[in-house]
Amino acid sequence: MSTKIPRGLQRRSLLRVAAAGAMAGPWAFGKAHDMESAAARSQATPAASTTPVYTFLNVQEIAFLEAAIDTLIPADESGPGALEVGVLVFIDRQLGGEFGRGDRLYLQGPFAEGTPEQGYQLRMTPAELVQAGIADVNEHAIKTYQQRFEALAPDGRVTVLAALEQRHLELPNVPAEVFFEVLLELTQQGYFSDPIYGGNRGKASWKMLGFPGIGGMYADKIAEYRNRPYVNDPVGIEDML
Amino acid sequence: MSSSAATLKPVDIVIVGLGWAGGIVAKELAPTKLKIVAFERGIPRDTAPDFLAPRIHDELRYNARHELVQNLRKETLTFRNEPSQLALPMRQLGSFLPGDGVGGAGTHWSGLQWRWTEWEHKMYSGTVARYGRQFIPADMNLQDWPIDYHALEGYYDRFEKLCGTSGKAGNLNGRKIDGGNIFEAPRKSEYPNPPLTSSHNMLLFEKASRELGYHPFPTPAANASRAYINPDGVAYGPCHYCGFCTGYGCEVNAKASPHFTVIPLAHQNPNFEVRTRSTVLRVNLDSTRTRATGVTYVDARGRERIQPADLVILSAYVFGNVHLMLCSGIGRPYDFQSNTGVVGRNYAYQSAGGCGALFPAGTHLNPFMGSGALSTWIDDLNGDHHDFAASGYIGGGGLSSGSNSGAPIGHHPARPGSPRWGAGWKKAIIDGYQRMSGIGGQGSVMSYRQCYLDLDPTYRDSFGRPLLRMTFDWQENEQRLMENLSAQAQKIAHAMGAEEVFARRGRRQRYSIAPYQTTHNTGGVVFGDQPDTSALNKHLQSWDVSNVFVLGASAFPQNAGRNPTGPVGALSYRLADMLKSTYLKHPGSLVHV
Repeated sequence: MSTKIPRGLQRRSLLRVAAAGAMAGPWAFGKAHDMESAAARSQATPAASTTPVYTFLNVQEIAFLEAAIDTLIPADESGPGALEVGVLVFIDRQLGGEFGRGDRLYLQGPFAEGTPEQGYQLRMTPAELVQAGIADVNEHAIKTYQQRFEALAPDGRVTVLAALEQRHLELPNVPAEVFFEVLLELTQQGYFSDPIYGGNRGKASWKMLGFPGIGGMYADKIAEYRNRPYVNDPVGIEDML
Repeated sequence: MSSSAATLKPVDIVIVGLGWAGGIVAKELAPTKLKIVAFERGIPRDTAPDFLAPRIHDELRYNARHELVQNLRKETLTFRNEPSQLALPMRQLGSFLPGDGVGGAGTHWSGLQWRWTEWEHKMYSGTVARYGRQFIPADMNLQDWPIDYHALEGYYDRFEKLCGTSGKAGNLNGRKIDGGNIFEAPRKSEYPNPPLTSSHNMLLFEKASRELGYHPFPTPAANASRAYINPDGVAYGPCHYCGFCTGYGCEVNAKASPHFTVIPLAHQNPNFEVRTRSTVLRVNLDSTRTRATGVTYVDARGRERIQPADLVILSAYVFGNVHLMLCSGIGRPYDFQSNTGVVGRNYAYQSAGGCGALFPAGTHLNPFMGSGALSTWIDDLNGDHHDFAASGYIGGGGLSSGSNSGAPIGHHPARPGSPRWGAGWKKAIIDGYQRMSGIGGQGSVMSYRQCYLDLDPTYRDSFGRPLLRMTFDWQENEQRLMENLSAQAQKIAHAMGAEEVFARRGRRQRYSIAPYQTTHNTGGVVFGDQPDTSALNKHLQSWDVSNVFVLGASAFPQNAGRNPTGPVGALSYRLADMLKSTYLKHPGSLVHV
């Protein structure tokens, strides 16, 4: 299954979105906006670079997450991996945006640990949680393996992520399993969401699953296709604009 | 604070919350020419421009980030399983998703639209008559509705015709009809639209459950199966089965919602006004505390305003209604130690109890072809249609198989036991997407002394008010119900030809506020015949403050094993009729005890 689109195209569409984002709010200062646009124009020359633009995460966080999401959803014969379809671009934008800032969370104190039934009780926003979790896990990896998480061999990364998931690690700032679940959820959301958010490039995960996308009208098809394959090249939001 | 709040020109009627309940009452009362102001905490929304395709088909925005749902940064509640615990805030959305904005949860609901059965309006007396008083556990605050099904039949009918409900009658004037729900209470007319078209798994469920002796029928759906014009002249488009329904607004107005039906009709009257982005903080009372003088609210800019009114109708979500009653000091707050007081009493929820099912390789379920309420259901184990003594619990639940959405953030099912990530997970979801399904279970929850709502002593909302505090857990009666419902679901799944069947519940668990379950919370401001066990009389009028009425599922003394929107709509019509025919002519207490 070929799901890749030419890298030059990926690059251009990415920058287009970044530039549009900078113009969006009433607080976008003219100067910063002009600089963004100029940067976008100069970099939008074909195939100048294949490095994605990240606007929120730092280089160490990027390195960690590249390794983590590639382990959570690796590329193989069954379908594309998270990294190649832009999931890190998705995570960077989500953490730098209202989701990452905890815009819809109640974050007033006092704080207490609570029972599992009481749900999330940390005072961290999702962005703070992920950033603290990355620092914690890297500290653990350096202490245990003398190298950062991303430098570990694939088996070593699996071991560390499984230890987080199974609560076998005690980290200084974040509960291991809470960090793991946020990481897994964000990775899956980036992998499956509409490509307008930066992940699922080429609607690759939709093709892999056989999800026909967002444009279907099935009133005249639901009976006809009972227990029969319905094959359709997936349609995303941008395809219908 | 209130000393600096501006007092506005008095109006006749204030409505707090503009979902189905507030919308129906507004539409019915607006032609009286009385000056009506409806307050809505959220933003105005309309099909155009807010719900237009393709942007509305955005799973991340609407289903994962909950665009149409209450923002907890502004208001939330605290939760604990039992009174001895420290309640902590619900910091992120999970168990339930209250609506926000014009239309309320009516914009993002699925559209399952039931009439509750005769027993479901008379759970106490119906249970005592068959099983005796001693059958009811000592801690269960089981109560009847103060009115029965027959007092509501005409209002259920009006609500179905308003919504263009698609379904098939199973009991027309006492005549049982095969293919409809033969357990339903007698109805006087057929549904306004025929049933939706079944998917493959629904046909499997229908055949299997019939062979097991059950009576399957199409779930009544407020998703129009064909183009429809309702009695008010509002046009519905036919459902496209697009698979973006629950959690989303509908771009073709096939899913009934107050935002394009009753609310625009209310707006046709110049005496009706909506103030959006306006949160009502409390109902103001006079010095005798037996009469409301109006409400205090905060507008979008944060200014406190006093809106005087002769009549106040609370029609927020369940938690909003209970919170406003407690913050306003209307009705005696419930005290679980002594089992006295009424506001916050009889909070209930809904139980689950389905199963997962893996169908043989090569099966094509096409989960992306569907709508919010598209399902086939059995009621044989619901209500009082089974023997409580044999089952070992009071109440029941429905089992169903449906096709609602294939959007993959929420729907990428894998055989239980598969890896949760890595290459093995990918293989499992590819394998499961077309052949993994399940049977849903929706069970009743009775009310208990130790399950209630009150004000939290510590945490506050963004307006400075104490948060509502929920104390709730599954009790023995509901644990048994869920176990039985799950066991019966598994039998049906096997009969459907599933290769493997999976229990969704393992060992008994406590109720958790973290995972999504259902937005069918009930109780807290219940109506009844006795002021010591109900906050409202049978007209939904406060026993203590006669110009305050409280409308919504907050009035239900217990919850049934089916969605609450049908009776909420019926009660809204009934309240509007009573206000027009009686109260507005002669304001005052309508029931004296």
